[in-house]
Amino acid sequence: MSMQRNAKTVRISIIGFGYVGAGLAEVIRRKRAELASIYGLDVRIVGIADLNGIFIDEHGLDESELLKLRTGAKDWERPEGMTTLDLIKELDHDVMVETTYTNVETGQPGLAHISTALESGRHVVTSNKGPLALEYSRLTDLAAEQGRALKYEATVGGAMPLISLIRDNLAGNGVLSIQGILNGTCNYILTRMAEEWLPYEHVLKEAQELGYAEADPSSDVKGVDTAVKLVILANSVFGMNATYKDVEVTGITAVTPDALKLADDAGYVIKLIGEVGHEGCLKVRPRLVPKGDPLNVRGTLNVATIKTDLAGDITVIGKGAGPIEAASAILADIISIYR
Amino acid sequence: MKISMDIELQDIPGQLVRALQPISDSGGNIVSIVHHHDKMTPSGRIPVQLVVELDEQRLERLVTALVDRGVTVVRTGEERLKESMVVLLIGHIVHSDLRETIDSIDCTGFAEVVALSLSMPSVDEESSASVTISAIGEQELREALHILEQTAKKKAIMVIAPI
Repeated sequence: MSMQRNAKTVRISIIGFGYVGAGLAEVIRRKRAELASIYGLDVRIVGIADLNGIFIDEHGLDESELLKLRTGAKDWERPEGMTTLDLIKELDHDVMVETTYTNVETGQPGLAHISTALESGRHVVTSNKGPLALEYSRLTDLAAEQGRALKYEATVGGAMPLISLIRDNLAGNGVLSIQGILNGTCNYILTRMAEEWLPYEHVLKEAQELGYAEADPSSDVKGVDTAVKLVILANSVFGMNATYKDVEVTGITAVTPDALKLADDAGYVIKLIGEVGHEGCLKVRPRLVPKGDPLNVRGTLNVATIKTDLAGDITVIGKGAGPIEAASAILADIISIYR
Repeated sequence: MKISMDIELQDIPGQLVRALQPISDSGGNIVSIVHHHDKMTPSGRIPVQLVVELDEQRLERLVTALVDRGVTVVRTGEERLKESMVVLLIGHIVHSDLRETIDSIDCTGFAEVVALSLSMPSVDEESSASVTISAIGEQELREALHILEQTAKKKAIMVIAPI
């Protein structure tokens, strides 16, 4: 294994070793060489923590070994009495990656992990929406006070760049509104219903079998997931200081195949659209989208149209979910801290 | 100004082109044209409906020019409702007093429900409808949508509006 001689060592911890956490380990494994040669970074996972246990190695854990935890080929362990918060506070590392399950009511345990990490002088990169939807200002203020980065591209749109697209590449533009499809589960369901005029319950079951919808799909199909992502956008792009309660939310459960057919006859498709505007508009509801509109994307794809005052309308389309896809957004955030 | 015209043509080749020429000569722009070739009138003529963007002052001369060319001009009128929008409704649309829902738009004076397509799966299931609202301007159209949303909310009817 050859390293760029002056590659900077970046020690990271992964808190929450599920789907996305393991995806990040795999992505780091795949991209080890490029991270060094193109970005001058030697990224090492020095600790992982999950409900199941904790692994630590200050020289860097072996990603291939870690991935065996997901298949059951390796068992979890826990150093004597160590908790996740202990790891965050005491293990010497630079970036904490928080990928535990989103809890939209309390934001925990992510909120505690992120606060503790920032207070312990770590940079934070996260895909966990809950903490940012609930306490955006407090967390960003804390990061600023500590002089540390708080990055969260992976919380909205998965692999589809949106937050950094607006902040970095559209710098100088005033953003007037963002309208988009931010939930792949709902998009898959509505696309399938319209393809063959199938009823909602039938397609939901199909989506669950394919792994595109959870056993309890309510967060997705009731529009909650989209609303939470919209709140993050409202706060980070528009400075609105909004919470979930400020969003008008209607999900897709009442959409009928008849309605899709009527829409089709009139030249439209029906999509669950999240919309945030600078005059305070914050809505998630099914909308009629003209068939030829760039927002009309199929399957599990996400899409967002950003209306700006200088550049006009910018539309970005990408994969909203998937372990490698979501991990790619986390990796981009890690790299950006050191650029 | 948008002017709607109902004309009738003789059923011989080239008549439509002959009718369109004077419109073009008078500086008019055709907004829409519906040529009902299958619906012959009792006198054997073909009805055509047009909406033309034209200066009001030129209308009389245009009508004369059309008549000179053997085109029957049945009626002309101002196309008042210029902007329109399709909206979908889902709920117990008929049984929640559909007439009142439509009237809430029609009685505004600046907007009307001009088309309605209803799909009713079975007695206790919710219906779906596509409603076309036309209004005299964009602002009035948005206001009409707002009124429809208020009315629908009271009846637990979901409104799916265009982006």
